[in-house]
Amino acid sequence: MAELTYREAVAAGIAQEMERDERVAFLGEDVAAAGGVFKATVGLLERFGPRRVIDTPISEQAILGAAMGAAMTGMRPIAEIMFSDFLAVCWDFPANEFSKARYMSNGQIKLPLVVRCGNGAGSRFGAQHSQSVENWAMAIPGLKVVAPSTPADVKGLLAAAVRDDDPVMFFEHKSLYALKGEVPDGEHVDQLGVARIVRPGKDCTIVALALMVHRALAAAEKLAERGIEAEVIDVRSLVPLDTRTILGSIARTGRLFTVEENPRLCGWGAEIASIAADELFYDLDGPIVRITTPHIPLPAADNLEDIVLPTVDRIVETVTRSMA
Amino acid sequence: MARPRKKPVASPGNDDIGEDKRLELWRKQLEIRHCEQRAYDLFLQNLVKGTSHLSLGQEAIAAGFAAAMRPDDKSFCTYRGHAHTLARGVPMEQMLGELMQRDCGLMRGKGGSMHLTSIDHGVMGSYAIIGAHLPIAVGSAWRAQYLGHDDVTVVFFGDGTTNIGAFHEALNYAVVFKLPVVFVCENNLYMEYTPIGAITAVEHPAADRAGAYGLDKIIIDGNDADEVYRTAQTAFAKARAGEGPSLIECKTYRHSGHSRADPGAYRPKGELERWKEHDPIKVYRARLAEFGIADAVIDDIEQAVKAEVERATAVCKAAPLPPEDILTTDVYADGGWAWRN
Ligand SMILES: Cc1ncc(C[n+]2csc(CCOP(=O)(O)OP(=O)(O)O)c2C)c(N)n1
Repeated sequence: MAELTYREAVAAGIAQEMERDERVAFLGEDVAAAGGVFKATVGLLERFGPRRVIDTPISEQAILGAAMGAAMTGMRPIAEIMFSDFLAVCWDFPANEFSKARYMSNGQIKLPLVVRCGNGAGSRFGAQHSQSVENWAMAIPGLKVVAPSTPADVKGLLAAAVRDDDPVMFFEHKSLYALKGEVPDGEHVDQLGVARIVRPGKDCTIVALALMVHRALAAAEKLAERGIEAEVIDVRSLVPLDTRTILGSIARTGRLFTVEENPRLCGWGAEIASIAADELFYDLDGPIVRITTPHIPLPAADNLEDIVLPTVDRIVETVTRSMA
Repeated sequence: MARPRKKPVASPGNDDIGEDKRLELWRKQLEIRHCEQRAYDLFLQNLVKGTSHLSLGQEAIAAGFAAAMRPDDKSFCTYRGHAHTLARGVPMEQMLGELMQRDCGLMRGKGGSMHLTSIDHGVMGSYAIIGAHLPIAVGSAWRAQYLGHDDVTVVFFGDGTTNIGAFHEALNYAVVFKLPVVFVCENNLYMEYTPIGAITAVEHPAADRAGAYGLDKIIIDGNDADEVYRTAQTAFAKARAGEGPSLIECKTYRHSGHSRADPGAYRPKGELERWKEHDPIKVYRARLAEFGIADAVIDDIEQAVKAEVERATAVCKAAPLPPEDILTTDVYADGGWAWRN
C-alpha cells in the first residue's frame, strides 16, 4: 500500500485508466501544463502527452459537449469542470443531453464518460465556488453520481467510473485534496453503488458523504465517550444508491441521521430519509434527523462558513439531543 | 411532350457532378419534400403527434450535404431534422413511424420527432436544445482525429442558433484543435417567429462571424443542390486533409411555419411567393432539363417517391403503438432503470 493524497489519487486513477485503454483521454481548463487548479492532475501531461491530456479554452459547454460527442462515437473521455458550481454554465449537457441520449435513442447511444469536478466548501471561496451540487445531478435520471471520501476511493471509484458505460458525475471534495491515505498498489478498481460502513455501532446510523464522512466519524468518537455507539456509513455513490447497506444499518440501530453539505431543501439526505420512512417506519425508534447547511448561499468569511457547515460538535449535539 | 434537349452549360464546374449524382440529388430532395408534406397532412389528421418542424423549401441543403457524405461520416441535426435523417438513407417508415409515435419508429416512440437518431446511418441524433449539438459534433470530430479515422462530422443548425453561446464555444474549440467538423447554418431568415435580422448584430449571422474564428466567410445559395453539393465536397476534403473546420452559411427559406400548424403570419406579404420562385425542387427540375435529362426520367423518379411515401404511410398506419414494457428500458447502460439496489 502506498500513501497518497486525495489529489494524487485523482492523477493516479486517471493515469491507471489511460495506461490501460487508449480510448481514455482527459480534457479541461488548465489541467495539462498547469496540472489543474487543485494540482490534482500533475504529471499527466508529461506522461501521456498533449494528444491525450488537453488544455481547453474556458468553454464549459464545449468541454462537456466534446466529451459527449467523443463518448458516443467510441472514446471514453474524462472531462474536468474546475469547480462544480460551474456546472450551471453547461448544465444542458448533464441535464438534457448525456442523461437522455440513451433513452431517447432507444438504446442506440452509449455514453461512457466521466465528468470530474471540485465540489464542496471549506476553502473560504464564497458562494459561487463552494457549493455541493451532487444533489442536482442526483435528480436526473440517466446520470450516475459518485462522491469519494478517501484517496483509495478516489482512485478505485474513478477507475470504476471510467469503465462504466453510463455518464458518471464524479464529485471530488475540495477540502479533502490534501488528505493522505493508503491506496492499494497496482491496479485498483472499485465498484459503483456500494456504500461502506466505516464505523460499526448499534445505537444509531449516521449517513454521510465526502467531507462529512470524516466529521461524522469524529462525531462518533465523541458520542462514544457519551455512551452512544453510532454506526457511520459512507454513501460513496448516490446513483446507484446502496439502500441495502443503509437500510440494513437503520434496521439494526433504529435511528437515522444524515449529514450533508447541501442546503436544507432537497439535499440527498431528504431522499434517504424518505426511503427509510417508507420502508422501515416500524423499525424506527425516533424521528429521522437531517443535519445540513441552512438554506442560504455559502458565506466566505472563516467564522461564518464554519457556522453553516455541519461541524463535528453540531453532529454530536444533534445526535445526543435527539437520542435523549 | 418532352422538352427540347439543351446542351449542358459550358461551365466546367457543372461537369463534375454527373447524371447519376444529379438524379440522386433529385430523388433525395423529392423524398424530403413529399415525405414532409405527408407528415404535415398526418399532423392535421392527428396522426403525427406532439409537434413537427418541417423544412419545406430547405431540401437542397440536406440533400446536397448527404450526397457528399460517406456512410461513415456523422451528421448532427436539430429538431428540424426529418430532412437530414431521410437524406442519410433512413427508411421512410422509420422516420414517419417515429413522428406518428408507432412501434416501427426509429426509436419506437421513445424519442419523438425532435430526437431522430439512427446510428447505423451516421445520424447521431437531432437536438432540441438550441446549439447543444455543436459542441457534441465537435467531440465526434475530436474522436475521429484522436483515433485516426478520416470521417467528417457535419452539424446543421439554424440562423437563430448563431446567437447562443454554444455556437461560439464550439467554433473556437474546433478551430483551435483543427477538428474535422463542418458547421452548416441553414439561414431561413427566421428564428421561430422573429426575423433574424431584427435580433442579430450582423447581416450574415454565421458567415460574418466566421472571421472571428479565423475561418473563411462562405455564403451559398442553399436552394441550389448542386452548389450545396460542391461546397460540401470542398469542406469535406479540407476536413479529411486535416486542415480543420469550415463554417458554411446557406441562404434559404422555409415555406411552412416554424412548427405544427404555424401559418407564418408574421412574414411580410409576398415574401413566401418570391422565395417559391426559387424553390429548390423547381430550380433542380430546370437544372436536370438543362442537362438534357429526359422528362420521363425526372417524372418516373417523382412517381416512385410518391409511391414510396404511400407505402411508408400505410406501414405506419398499420403499425402498433409501442408496447408499455419499453417504458423503463435503456435509462442506464445495463438496459434498465434501476438507481438503487
Ligand atoms: C436553448 C433553447 N432556447 C429556446 C428554444 C426554443 N426554440 C425552439 S426553435 C427556436 C428557433 C431556432 O431558430 P433557428 O436556429 O434559426 O432554427 P430554425 O428553426 O430556423 O431552423 C427556438 C428559440 C430551444 N429549443 N432551446
